[in-house]
Amino acid sequence: MSNLEDLYREVILDHYRSPRNRGELATPPAIRVEGFNPLCGDEIVVYLLVEDDKLVDIKLTGHGCSISQSSSSLMSAAVKGKHLGQVRDTITTFKQLMTVHESSLETTSNPEVVDVRALGELAALQGVVKFPVRIKCATLAWNTLSQALDEVDA
Amino acid sequence: MTSFDPRRVRADTPLFARVINDHPIAYLDSAASSVPPRAVIEAMSRHYERRHANVHRGVYQTANESTHDYEHAREAIARFVNAPAGANEIVFTKNATESFNLLAKSWGAANLKAGDVVLISEMEHHANIVPWFQLREALGIEVRFIPVGDDFRLDLSSIDELLAGVKLVSVTAMSNVLGTVTPLKELARVAHDHGALIAVDAAQSVGHSSTDVTDLDVDFFIFSAHKMLGPTGLGIFWTRQDLLAEMPPFLGGGGMIADVSTTGYVPAKGPARFEAGTPPIAEAAGLGAAVLYLEGLGMDNVHEHERRLTEDALTRLETEFDGRIQVIGPATTHERGGVISLDVKGVHAHDVAQVLDQYGVCVRPGHHCAKPLMKRFNLSATARASFGPYSLIADTDALLEALSDAVKLFG
Repeated sequence: MSNLEDLYREVILDHYRSPRNRGELATPPAIRVEGFNPLCGDEIVVYLLVEDDKLVDIKLTGHGCSISQSSSSLMSAAVKGKHLGQVRDTITTFKQLMTVHESSLETTSNPEVVDVRALGELAALQGVVKFPVRIKCATLAWNTLSQALDEVDA
Repeated sequence: MTSFDPRRVRADTPLFARVINDHPIAYLDSAASSVPPRAVIEAMSRHYERRHANVHRGVYQTANESTHDYEHAREAIARFVNAPAGANEIVFTKNATESFNLLAKSWGAANLKAGDVVLISEMEHHANIVPWFQLREALGIEVRFIPVGDDFRLDLSSIDELLAGVKLVSVTAMSNVLGTVTPLKELARVAHDHGALIAVDAAQSVGHSSTDVTDLDVDFFIFSAHKMLGPTGLGIFWTRQDLLAEMPPFLGGGGMIADVSTTGYVPAKGPARFEAGTPPIAEAAGLGAAVLYLEGLGMDNVHEHERRLTEDALTRLETEFDGRIQVIGPATTHERGGVISLDVKGVHAHDVAQVLDQYGVCVRPGHHCAKPLMKRFNLSATARASFGPYSLIADTDALLEALSDAVKLFG
């Protein structure tokens, strides 16, 4: 049985109650990308300000469950100020964290594939994989960020 | 009236043996799908184990038995809703959504033209919204909405103005989000006075209260087998015989024809015209058993049982949570069914449902396929609990205990 404590860790509840980097950025120079989860109605808007291959600022608006909102808040804290290459690496690592367990739900982590320690606070979200229907909540912000980076490249 | 015992219904229903997360299942999602009793499951098994033949074709004994079961279900449904001309007015579809598409794409396309108005309401399920928008794209009809008031009921104060130019009123008998019951008889009278027909989405009402389409004096009546203790995969479409006879075919294929040649086809008459391809035969057998089972319970008993449960739950939700939990729907059981949508302040509906699952409590989080209604009340999601004939006060106890925990967890 999966425990709620695995899902709703204190870090997650903290980011849900006090989300970081909430707000908007002027577009342009920032770019704005929306993400939706049509099944549950969760919505997120990501604003990115990129200068010299660096993510200078990130802001978020939207609404949704504690998992989608805390994941977006944690994401913003993790990627703000980083070079785009590092941002992409973080996205890749996080998405691995959200997928490696789908075939083996009994294990809580797979250190050979994902270096959980390198994720810092983001590691608090690893309990989500024990609740497969909530994975899409956790990945909504990240998919939206990924899409925004593609627009930066374009 | 005294013979109804919800504990017996529960004993008749295999799912209630389930234990979820060390708790007996507290199934509070009958508005999404009701739980079939053993009699329904056995009727379906009997089809596969003892009959398993296609309908309306073979001359051998099991084929005759299959056909009998299938047509018997049609008769049972006609009796259950009091269809004036009986089984000839009952069409089987895949689900209530397909029934609405049949209404829009057969009757609607043949009888509506650019500028004609279809009047629906703000509390409709997407099944009674999207087909009309599709018809608007195809024909240029207008789709108009009856507003929902702050009392969570249809605002009929301007109904005469709203009905100007309306050819069809299409409304829910009971909101799947609010539990609000529509005054159908009154609305049917006003619609007819304005020369409009009226269609009803009865998916939420048919399994929970007695139904009489003749007395309601409505023109189309749509519902779903799996929301009345029957199986999934089977929807029902009722209309008066004279209207049905004028409706053009919907899906084409085998079973819906009188004749086919190299030059064309002649459609069948009656319900068969709208039942192309092999129908859901085992499901129809299950539905026939569901009707018998519900008739045995007595729909007035079921209604009164669920009314009491709803009254109890509304009172306790109001008094035990210091206003932290708001019921999105009428506060009393007057003109209201056993669907209770909850907004827990500071806790998203998906998180509420997740905590509830830990207690074996099954509720539905989300927009309930009624996004215009959610927008009307500035909500993105609610957690919805809903009752069935097998529901007990113990289910409400489990719900309230789990809700307290959710409130505590999120602070």
